[in-house]
Amino acid sequence: MRILIIICLSLITYSVNAQVKLLTLDNLDKRIAKGKDTTYVINFWATWCSPCVAELPDFEKLRLANLKKPVKVLLVSLDFKSKLQKEVIPFVQKNNIKAEVFLLNEPDQQKYIERIDKKWSGAIPATLFVNKKVRRFYEKEFTEIELSNTLLTLK
Amino acid sequence: MKNLFLIGFILISSHVFAQTQGYQVGDVVRDFTLKNVDNKTVSLADYKDAKGYIVVFTCNTCPVAKAYQDRVSALNASYESKGYPVVAINPNDAGTVPDESFEKMQALAKEKNFSFPYLSDPNHIVTKQFGALKTPHVFILSKTEKGNIVEYIGAIDNDAEDENPDKINYVQNALNELSAGKKPVIASTKAVGCSIKWKKG
Repeated sequence: MRILIIICLSLITYSVNAQVKLLTLDNLDKRIAKGKDTTYVINFWATWCSPCVAELPDFEKLRLANLKKPVKVLLVSLDFKSKLQKEVIPFVQKNNIKAEVFLLNEPDQQKYIERIDKKWSGAIPATLFVNKKVRRFYEKEFTEIELSNTLLTLK
Repeated sequence: MKNLFLIGFILISSHVFAQTQGYQVGDVVRDFTLKNVDNKTVSLADYKDAKGYIVVFTCNTCPVAKAYQDRVSALNASYESKGYPVVAINPNDAGTVPDESFEKMQALAKEKNFSFPYLSDPNHIVTKQFGALKTPHVFILSKTEKGNIVEYIGAIDNDAEDENPDKINYVQNALNELSAGKKPVIASTKAVGCSIKWKKG
């Protein structure tokens, strides 16, 4: 019986983990403002972007290494909204992604790309390191070491 | 003397900066010679009667570029006869992504029946000159007395999924405006695309 409960519980947590919420940039700004001293490492990716998929494990390592620090890794998918159920959620489940995953819910690329960073061409992968004081945007692929160094030297 | 060094340094760094930036709207484009999928070389100067060019950085593998393949073909079908041919350039390195090889480009051009050149830029030279950063990435040029001038940089339209009947066709609009002797109302746009797969090392 106890085992059954554990299985049920783990199934519930698993399905909670596999949630992918829709996110607007207003949502994101509010989250950053409420985050006090938290630094957010926000990776813009898509299931169809192979270099993005390749660097996801490095973001997981960064998340695990900073569990006790005020650091949050947010994975923001730029997949089409129509692919949320068919592609994005199954991808997150299959790859057992533990970080918070969102799907960007912004209709106008002309507006949201510039709002995230004026210099961003729109190419992914791209990553934003942001807290209340600092905002650094990188249109590039990261290695594991580059990720932790960028976080450490963020000023 | 120190000042001279400083000025030299500033000049060098601004030069490096300018190089990574690539062309902006209004800049004159340097002509290039790249190998087409038919093994012949193509330069902009080959098009004696062109009024301009639709230079499209695209590739074999990027899902966004693939979603736009038919729309790129349609652009050539509509605008080549009006003096604006499509010139497609693959900016990706085949060493980094094997499916971007010249042979795979040839296969794609054959399969999709490309009516326009599909050029390989194996050392990213032209890609860096233009400052293309992703696929697809479009540069519309117009031929003038000063040379080929960049008139538009950005996306083909604002609907990669091609599902919105009210989508804005940026490239078509810009071409129609140029054909009418006007400057494009919207001269630059942004869109999500695949990063360029640069040569490693």
